[in-house]
This record gives sequence, structure tokens and C-alpha cells, in this order.
Amino acid sequence: MTDITLPAGPTAAPPARPVLDGLRQVGLAAAGLSLFILVWEALPRIGLINSMLLPAPSVIPAAFWAEIQSGAWASAVSASLGHYTIGLAVGAVLGLVGGVATGMSQLAEDMTSWVVRVLRPIPGLAWVPFAIIWFGVSQSAAVFIIAIGVFWIVFFAAHGAIRGVDRDLIEVADAFGFRSARERLFKILLPAAMPGILVGLRTALGQAWMAVVAAEIFGVPGLGQRMIQASSLLATELVVVYMLTMAALYGLLDTVFVAVQRWVLRWKA
Amino acid sequence: MGAAMESVIDIEGLSLTFERDGQRNEVLRGLDLSVPRGAFIAIVGSSGVGKSTLLRVLIGLARASSGTVRIAPRPGQRQPLAFVFQDSRLLPWRPVIENVAFGLEGSGLTRTERRQKAHEALEIVGLAHLAERWPHQLSGGQRQRVSLARALAVEPEVLLMDEPFSALDAITREALQDELVRIWQVTGKTVLFVTHDIEEATYLADRVVVLAGSPGRVVADQIVDAPRPRRRSQSQEPDLVAGIRQHISGELLLDGTGI
Ligand SMILES: Nc1ncnc2c1ncn2[C@@H]1O[C@H](COP(=O)(O)OP(=O)(O)OP(=O)(O)O)[C@@H](O)[C@H]1O
Ligand SMILES: [Mg+2]
Repeated sequence: MTDITLPAGPTAAPPARPVLDGLRQVGLAAAGLSLFILVWEALPRIGLINSMLLPAPSVIPAAFWAEIQSGAWASAVSASLGHYTIGLAVGAVLGLVGGVATGMSQLAEDMTSWVVRVLRPIPGLAWVPFAIIWFGVSQSAAVFIIAIGVFWIVFFAAHGAIRGVDRDLIEVADAFGFRSARERLFKILLPAAMPGILVGLRTALGQAWMAVVAAEIFGVPGLGQRMIQASSLLATELVVVYMLTMAALYGLLDTVFVAVQRWVLRWKA
Repeated sequence: MGAAMESVIDIEGLSLTFERDGQRNEVLRGLDLSVPRGAFIAIVGSSGVGKSTLLRVLIGLARASSGTVRIAPRPGQRQPLAFVFQDSRLLPWRPVIENVAFGLEGSGLTRTERRQKAHEALEIVGLAHLAERWPHQLSGGQRQRVSLARALAVEPEVLLMDEPFSALDAITREALQDELVRIWQVTGKTVLFVTHDIEEATYLADRVVVLAGSPGRVVADQIVDAPRPRRRSQSQEPDLVAGIRQHISGELLLDGTGI
């Protein structure tokens, strides 16, 4: 006779395993990152790459410290965070309203479908001249550029998610007498569409950072502008400082967002 | 007229034709049915005959092409009818208790009162201990019990049930059938129960209404007077079951020959 051992399911596994797995993952990630930094440090040092073109990571902390001391870092970060938050909020709210409206109402969809087709393919950067004409070189101009990018992502995510809501669930609301558009929206459509809407918002969260740089290229103060200044002075270590700053800010926001998202969608299997 | 004969739903000459892209599909024609208060009526018939459509007209999910439907709620009743779907259709983003309280929203009750009523309904179906679970954490039978509790919570006069147990395994189904009879007896609700299982119909109901034909109409209306509690071991009404089966299949044969 042969013994057959079935693999243990997730509940049968001893609790030590996930902890070990977690440690292993962290270890591997740290090893990968160290290797990356080592190679990066080695390249300019052994002369494979001119250190003017690629600063070694070891010079970054000093550059970072100097930038903080001068106060430039804090003001750039707070300026950019300002455009970012306002642009994201404006774009997300308008995108959500537009996406939900066209998702709920055939009339709204039919009326806007060609407007959408005309405006959608215009890249955010193409709006820069208009942003400057309308708002001047100001925070509003940057907000406008950022909001446009966010708007389309959230608009399509919300539209698709509302459209995709199971008819059967809408019938439940009907059967219990909730037949107004408002009741339908708040009792069924929005909660049912929430997973799709949140995916769109998360995409927008990243997209908006890229738009920040684009929007500041034409002189609105912030991270992007500081980056452009540094690169025109060939202060590449400063460019890297701001690249890392953006990465860290994005990483932080995305982590917070994912935690919130997980809580909001805790009902999912 | 005595109180026992008072009807809570009166359907007269109900016809319904679905029309789409110039295609006409006449599903019901000239259907008459009177439902006495407190009755347990099973509606049987073959697939596609219009059983679900009939219930959907009553709850307002479909609109009749002609005929009248009169519903006589008790005074002060907010919602005379409540629907139990074949698939439980719980809202996955609400915990069990909030699902059960769903129909009570907009009734002017406070949140605490709604939860209180929902809790009572959960107790009737024996699931009060699962109040805080998410729907995805329930078994199929538990989900269907929650769906029944959601309908009971609005304290309707009539429960409309569309094959509510057909997706369940035999053991769970029998348990839920007995529970439904018990709930019907203690609450005094009227039940309109759609099924294509004749044994289930004769086990549960006082009256079995047979829909057949295309377009569908009532071809038989049989009293089941077996005493309760009923036993399911031997079908106590073999003639009745055979008769109903004949009504269903007889009409099917007529259909097949194009009459
Ligand atoms: N929305 C609709 N549009 C067009 N035809 C429909 C629609 N809903 C149902 N029908 C048709 O109406 C007829 C009756 O459907 P119904 O769902 O009432 O049948 P049923 O008796 O409940 O069958 P089953 O036992 O399979 O559930 C079927 O021929 C079906 O194709
Ligand atoms: Mg049906």
C-alpha cells in the first residue's frame, strides 16, 4: 500500500510558515535593492560612466542634505503636493460625476459620446499653451494640467464600473421599492462599482505625479521645476534627489491608498 | 363574505407580451388568479411557461400588457409584497444584518430600529448568530435563509418566492421547506411559491395552480387537503401528483402540435 499525503490547505498550515515566507520576501527584496545600488555605485567609480552623467549613490545624501538646509526641498515638495492634491481632487470628483452620469443615463452618454471622442486623445501636455493663456504661469495652470489627466482615467473607470453593475442587484432595489435614480445610485450602483472606481483612482494617483512634472516644466514652482533647473545646470545628483523624492512620495501615497482600498473592499472574498 | 375568503391579490385577464426589435413573444394571456389572505399557493408549470414573469408582474419588475392586478394590503402596510429570488441576490458589500435591514430603509425607522427588526427576522430563520458575517462567508443554504429573512423583515402581507430552494442540495432543501411551512404557520403570511417540482408543490401548498400552454394560462387549480404536519416519505396524494403532471405534460403535447 502506498501512503498518499494531501498538501495542506491554507488553514492547515502551521502559523510559522507565513512569517518565514514574509522574512524571506523582505530579505530577497533587500538583497535585490543592495545589488542595484552596488552596481550603480560601481559604474561611475570604475570609470565606465562619466560621473557627470550618472552620479554615484554615495554623493546623493550630501546633495539631499544641502537641498534641505537651503529650504528649497521643503518649498518644492509642498508646492508640488499642493498642485498634486488639488489637481487630483478636482479631476477625480469631475471624472467620477461624469463617469457615473454617463454610466447611469443613456441620454447623457449619447449626448457626450462625440465630445469625449474629440477631447479624449489630446495629451495633457498639449493643453499647456491653453493653461498658460487661461491661468498664466500659476498654480491653477498646473492644477488644470494635472486634473485633465486624472479626469479621463477616473471618468472611464467609473463609467465602465457603473455600466458593469449586475442587473440582478438593481432588480433587488426595484423589488424592495427603491426605484428613484438617487436610491439606485447610493444603494446599489456606487457600492457595486466601488472596486472598479478604486482601481481607476489608484491609476490616477500615479498618473498625477507624472503630470506634476509636466505641468511644472513651464515654470510653475515645485519638484518638476527644481528638477529642470538642476538638469540645466548639470547638477545630476540633484535630479536624482528629486527623482527619489517623487518615488518616495508616490510610494507612501500608494501604500496608504492600498490600505484604505483594502478596508473599503473588505467585503470581497 | 367571510374573512377567510377575502383575497389579497386578484388577477384578472392578465396578458403580457414581450416585444423587442419587432419580435413579439406572448408569454401570458388572459390569466385569472385570486389569492386568499393567508393561503399557501404553489405555482407549477414547465420551463418558460411564464411563472417567473407572473411573479415579476406582481412585484413590479415587469409590466402587464393588459388585464388588472389588484393588491389589497392591510391598512398602514408599507410594503405588501416581498420577493425571494432563486439566487439569493444578497448585496455583497453589506454584512448579513444590513442585508436583512435593506428593505426597511426609507421606512422612517431609525437605524437601531431597523437593525432590531432585522435581528428578529434573522432569528426567525435561525441565523441571528451570523448577523455580522459577509455574504461570501455563508453557505448557499444560509444565503437563501438570509434572503428569506430580508423579505420577512419588511413584514409583507405576501411572500413571492421564485424557485427559492431549487439551487440547494436535497437535505438543505427539505430543511428549508419545513422551516418555510413553520414560518408561514406562525406569521400567517400569504405565500405564492413558484416551483417546477410537483412533489415540493404538493408537500408545501394548500393549493397548486398549474400554468401551461403558450401563451401561458391557468389550466388547473387543485386543492391539497392533506393534513399538516405532512410526511414526505410516501406521497400521500399520488393521484393529485399524477393529475398535475398530466396537466403540465398534456398541454406540452398540445404545444408540440402547434395548437
Ligand atoms: N425580458 C424578457 N424579454 C423577452 N422575453 C422574456 C423576458 N423574460 C422572459 N422572457 C420569455 O418569457 C417566457 C417566460 O419566462 P419565465 O422566466 O417567466 O419562465 P418560467 O416559467 O419562470 O421558466 P423557468 O421554470 O425556466 O424559470 C420565456 O419564453 C422567456 O424566454
Ligand atoms: Mg422562472
